[in-house]
Amino acid sequence: MAVRVRVPTPLRRFTAGVDEVSADGTSIKAVIEDLERRHPGMRERLLDEKGDIRRFVNIYLNGDDVRFLDAINSKVKDGDDISIVPAIAGGR
Amino acid sequence: MSYITNLKCRECGQEYPISPLHVCETCFGPLEVTYDYARIRAAISRSIIEKRPHNLWRYRELLPVDFDGEPEVGPNSGFTPLLRCKRLGAELGLKHLYVKDDTVNHPTLSYKDRVVSVAITKAREFGFTTVSCASTGNLATAVAAHAARAGLQCYIFMPEGVEAGKIVGSTIYGARVITIRGNYDDVNRLCSEIADKYGWAFVNINLRPFYTEGAKTFGFEVAEQLGWRLPDHIVVPTAGGTILPKVAKAFKELKEVGLIKSGEFKIHSAQAAGAAPVIHALHKGTDLITPVKPDTIAKSIAIGNPADGFYVLKAVRDSGGWGDVATDPEIIDAIKLLARTEGIFAEPAGGTTLAVALKLVKQGRIKPDETVVVSITGNGYKTLEAVASAIDQPSIIDARLKDFDALFDRLTNGKRAANTAA
Repeated sequence: MAVRVRVPTPLRRFTAGVDEVSADGTSIKAVIEDLERRHPGMRERLLDEKGDIRRFVNIYLNGDDVRFLDAINSKVKDGDDISIVPAIAGGR
Repeated sequence: MSYITNLKCRECGQEYPISPLHVCETCFGPLEVTYDYARIRAAISRSIIEKRPHNLWRYRELLPVDFDGEPEVGPNSGFTPLLRCKRLGAELGLKHLYVKDDTVNHPTLSYKDRVVSVAITKAREFGFTTVSCASTGNLATAVAAHAARAGLQCYIFMPEGVEAGKIVGSTIYGARVITIRGNYDDVNRLCSEIADKYGWAFVNINLRPFYTEGAKTFGFEVAEQLGWRLPDHIVVPTAGGTILPKVAKAFKELKEVGLIKSGEFKIHSAQAAGAAPVIHALHKGTDLITPVKPDTIAKSIAIGNPADGFYVLKAVRDSGGWGDVATDPEIIDAIKLLARTEGIFAEPAGGTTLAVALKLVKQGRIKPDETVVVSITGNGYKTLEAVASAIDQPSIIDARLKDFDALFDRLTNGKRAANTAA
């Protein structure tokens, strides 16, 4: 189950500066575990001590905020796009 | 002269030099500007501030900018009226009610002129030549207008399907408007990625630590205009969560640098019922803000996933304040009430704030003798469609006096004789 993951600037020191990497897994949680294997240090940046997505991290699965899906347990399939984006506020 | 020392993560405390950086590289927490308050305390006083021009730069020592002469950005922004509202106060049962009226902020009629003045000043200091934002309304027009005057390139990103007026309102200033197939949250996400890749100054992304500081001027002005004291209560609208924590911060800073004596106040949050993730968390007693899909006529505050929502909760709770929601009909009624009693036409965000103030009075959280400030952050002339169907339609008659006489009789239930000299 290969997916593409877009990596924001603050995390690129774990990916040797690369802005898009691939990872395997059938859920967001599994993908993050795989990212940790390939790029050690990533998990701690994305998840808090309880294993939940950190307050200031947004993860999008094919454009949808995973908090609207099944959060960390959201199912992932081959070819999906995952974006990791620091939470930012608008103001419209 | 600048009084800022560095950028500090609000979560883990990691410090960074002053730069266009908005996210902590360790924990993704938001960064905040820190100041040397001891030096500021020595440098300013009430009388120094009072002698300065009526714009937001009169508090420049407490803003993250570095200039001493005349301001080149936002020379007329800020210092909007704080109006004593006797007629509205009578309706609400309040003796000391004020409206802080940013419907007349210069040049684009919303509180965004404050934050954007600071952000664009900072963009120039950092040497950016292109400024940008994701917005569908007040922020877009403010960025486009201030960028024009500053001579900067400007790109505005909006979700597709926004009203033509909003595109005109930005494009007229020479900005390039790009509409995105998706909703506002999609636009925000894309912009975050563009900021990363293109090195543009997105006022509410990579300039966010500086941009948000501009919102403090709303609070500084309230205190100065009340005679250098804080109100007992201030009601503030909440969308992304920028302004409320910064008003609270402003009040604390005024105490810190010795410009006011008492630092007591209660700050209350107002959200539209259709976009109220912060109020839901406040009422549930949790820190966890669950995003919602916004559905309200109050478009300028329709944000379902507020990044600074946590800090709104903290500021409200620290002050002993509260918050509530207003439904669309309550919002419209409040817009009409403010217009009818005080001659101020607010956008739906303002209607939300007033409607919530009314609820807090009814709940007994605000007492009749207390000093109350209702924050009106945007102008109703920009959102006519929100109230157009809720107002009386005009009367149509021929150009004949007797037709008007007949109409006037109908409108006044036959009391014409008492109302006219004839």
